[in-house]
Amino acid sequence: MGISEQDFNMLEDKARELRKLTVQTVSWAGGGHIGGALSATDILTMIYYKYARVDVKNPKWEDRDRVIVSKGHIGVGYAPVLADKGFFDKEWLKTYNHTESKLGMHLDVNKVPGLDASSGSLGHGLSIALGNSLGAKLLKKDINIYVIMGDGECDEGSIWEAAMAISHFKATNVIPIVDRNRCMIDGPTEEVMKLEPFADKWRAFGFDVVEIDGHNMYQIAEAFDKAKAAKDKPVVIIANTFKGCGISWMQDKYEYHYASIDASGVEKSVADIDAYHDARKAKGGK
Amino acid sequence: MANLNYTMLEATNMTTAEMYGSTLVQLAEQDSKVVGLSADLAKSTKIGALLDKFSDRLFNAGIAEQNMFGMAAGLAQMGFVPFASTFAIFTAMRGLDQIHTDICYQNLNVKMIATHAGLSFGQAGSTHHCTEDIAIMRTMANCKVIVPCDGFETAKAVAAAYETPGPVYLRINRGFDMPVYKSMDECKFELGKAQEMKEGTDLTIIATGACVARAMDAAKVLEGEGIRARVLNMHTIKPIDADAIKKAVHDTRRIITVEDHNIYGGLGSAVAEVMVETGKACAFKKLGVPDVFSIIGLHEDLMDYYGYGANGILAAARELMGADFEEDDNWDDEI
Repeated sequence: MGISEQDFNMLEDKARELRKLTVQTVSWAGGGHIGGALSATDILTMIYYKYARVDVKNPKWEDRDRVIVSKGHIGVGYAPVLADKGFFDKEWLKTYNHTESKLGMHLDVNKVPGLDASSGSLGHGLSIALGNSLGAKLLKKDINIYVIMGDGECDEGSIWEAAMAISHFKATNVIPIVDRNRCMIDGPTEEVMKLEPFADKWRAFGFDVVEIDGHNMYQIAEAFDKAKAAKDKPVVIIANTFKGCGISWMQDKYEYHYASIDASGVEKSVADIDAYHDARKAKGGK
Repeated sequence: MANLNYTMLEATNMTTAEMYGSTLVQLAEQDSKVVGLSADLAKSTKIGALLDKFSDRLFNAGIAEQNMFGMAAGLAQMGFVPFASTFAIFTAMRGLDQIHTDICYQNLNVKMIATHAGLSFGQAGSTHHCTEDIAIMRTMANCKVIVPCDGFETAKAVAAAYETPGPVYLRINRGFDMPVYKSMDECKFELGKAQEMKEGTDLTIIATGACVARAMDAAKVLEGEGIRARVLNMHTIKPIDADAIKKAVHDTRRIITVEDHNIYGGLGSAVAEVMVETGKACAFKKLGVPDVFSIIGLHEDLMDYYGYGANGILAAARELMGADFEEDDNWDDEI
């Protein structure tokens, strides 16, 4: 499987567009969790534009793949993906965080078409995904459940309760992806609460670990293929990423967990994103 | 609807939780979407009754309540009707964040059947008592809260929970409950509608769960003293039967609430909220665990110890009957 060069170019362009739309949305929203949104943009792009079977005309289609963004605070980077995909009008993004808007900081499954679970309180998504998996098995449905988690989120004990159980139930159609941007609100993950040896922790819970550059489309696709092929042992993808990826002054800065951007900031950010993506595309995924 | 035709003999021989397990098996036989979850308490909560016929539909999360309720949410999203059972304290507290965000917020069809509620696991101490759950669970939007009084009512309430879309919290006790109803027919369980167990115009005793039997015992003694006590079985705490409470305020002007729960936040508070909004004076007494961590002991002893057994209710009733207030006012035009 993997992706073709044509796919690569399409995905690169899409990620660039979605990073810009994320920045726009942060400005409309009056602020947002931009750092962790931009670190996950490439993963979200790969899920929605290459892997997940979804139907924008029938968001509740029973046979769809499920996508659970367990790090629910990145709604400001996730809603643009759902809007761009066509689940709802992009105009909605302009109302982000406004009183009575359907879109708030943490997305609500009963208001946002295409969303599979409300999230916000951390450490929940993996358990929900396991429930989805067990249900799919009883229904004999062949679906995948993609779960995007933050690395800081893995401080939550419930993540490890779920990890233990996913391994126990051999729920290999759950595909956990950890957005390993190494930053949390109060500082670098290894300073606030040490996660390393992180991969070993997952291995100890019964997972095969695939570690990748989470901003490399070829590597993301390969990791997804490996995870989808898992039969007896689940696969976790540790995607090494940068918080604020694509905007030079935000990149790898935990201080940009949450930020607001004014009109001139949008212009500057968009130019920076273009420069970042131009360079990345030129490298051709090498 | 399950074929709920339990006899008195069966109800006498089965614990309340066994009535739950048996009813659940019937529901599972009729509906392949009924599934169960437990957290290493499948045997104690009797949800393990599913194992005989439906072992593929009972998921044990191990001692991991947060994960169990998250899994239940995920199963409900797939169209299943998950029944999740562990002790009340591990439901309403250990798993609460998942219940709040994954189940209630998303309005998913999960039935939380919590056992060992109140002081029913008396000897186990306060780590296993649960006298806070009604207060906690009735503030979860979308969630219904039910407290059946005996085995018959538990069977009916479990079936009603299955038929009611959305999250339901149902709390039952450990072991046997004193039977309140003599037959399935006598139990008229209807969600959100209190059952009048005894007519009366002098005062109203509003009880829930195991306290209904105590209220009935007390009402019989009061009858001998010439005090006609109305007894309401308030099996549904949310949505509360406001009409029955307003009627009690109007008709009897004296209300005692009785619950196997902290006196704060539970049945008594729910009744008081309705009562004060009527704008009418009403003598009122809440009976329950007086905001303490309970001593250990047998369930029935503890209810007596904390003054919400039959004797405690009697004392409160006599006190309220002695309360002096405007008996002569005509309130008929005020309701």
